[in-house]
Amino acid sequence: MVNIIWACMAIIGILYAIFNGTMDQVNEAIFESANEAVTLSIGLISVLVFWLGIMKVAEQAGILRMLSKLFRPLIRRLFPEIPKDHPAMGYILSNITANIFGLGNAATPMGIKAMEQMKQLNGDRDTASRSMITFLALNTSGLTIIPTTVIAIRMQYNSLSPTEIVGTTIITTAISSVSAILIDRFFYYKRIWRK
Amino acid sequence: MGIITSVSIWLIPCFILLVLVVATWKRIPAYEMFVEGGKEGVKMAFTLLPFLVGMIVSISILRSSGALEAFINLISPFLIAVGIPPDIIPLALVRPISGNAALGMTTELIDSHGPDSFIGRLASTMQGSTDTTLYILTVYFGAIGIKKMRYALKVGLLADLIGILASIIVVTIVFG
Repeated sequence: MVNIIWACMAIIGILYAIFNGTMDQVNEAIFESANEAVTLSIGLISVLVFWLGIMKVAEQAGILRMLSKLFRPLIRRLFPEIPKDHPAMGYILSNITANIFGLGNAATPMGIKAMEQMKQLNGDRDTASRSMITFLALNTSGLTIIPTTVIAIRMQYNSLSPTEIVGTTIITTAISSVSAILIDRFFYYKRIWRK
Repeated sequence: MGIITSVSIWLIPCFILLVLVVATWKRIPAYEMFVEGGKEGVKMAFTLLPFLVGMIVSISILRSSGALEAFINLISPFLIAVGIPPDIIPLALVRPISGNAALGMTTELIDSHGPDSFIGRLASTMQGSTDTTLYILTVYFGAIGIKKMRYALKVGLLADLIGILASIIVVTIVFG
């Protein structure tokens, strides 16, 4: 699916540029955006190194285990396939906590570690497991309760109340996260019924 | 709101404090562990690089050709009829695909319509309450080498659609 979307975006863009005479802009965009993507990846190094370093210490110190004990009842229901003392639980919880507090950059390395653990649980196969998809659904639906970046932008543009959108953001996040879980369950059980 | 803001500022330093205090108390070689974990971070960033370059270039071809804009013009009469401001559509379409592009669009919408306008509030809410599905999918699955993603993309995109519709409805009710 991603293969098709990826290719189609570029194909449609180039074909459109042929008929629309925007080939100049396309040509420029190709090289500029590639450059931008590299800058983005290099920029990620600092955050990834720092958080993976801290998380390694946290893991060794048993803090992930402490966290997962605290929230285990709720998360166990969402991820029934993950054994209760598995490190994946700790990473999932840290990722969700970081997301809730709007720390997107800190959430990513923990999310990747959670995925690694879930892949091991799945016998190292290159197919996504049920819990991986549930975890993705939760992550892609937002989870953010404090949209720090947006508040910062609103401040820059002299909003009378930069934080007034926190309420609508929380309500919308709740709706989309609950929907994501329901949709995830729907597709999962649809597959089960078909077999 | 003051409490929530301070919590989000305090959370990271306090978490680091907790980690280091516990590690020191348990006599774990904290610095060595940090360096060891950090090495994984370097590796990870380089693993991600080709995924990001591929995705970002493809999106920018679509945008720079004008195809995305043409599509928006095509569907705008329908949107106005349903009560969706057409200006928000590029953001709604790009939000699941690219976080940086979406943030750029949100900034642009806030700049041209004002932060306290309906569209400014809608863009802010939309930006805050959904996440970049394709980016997360690419990064998370790319980093661990998942090739068959099964129904993950469908779930992510449907959840985005609901998130986007929900933000339009919620903002209309609260600020409309």
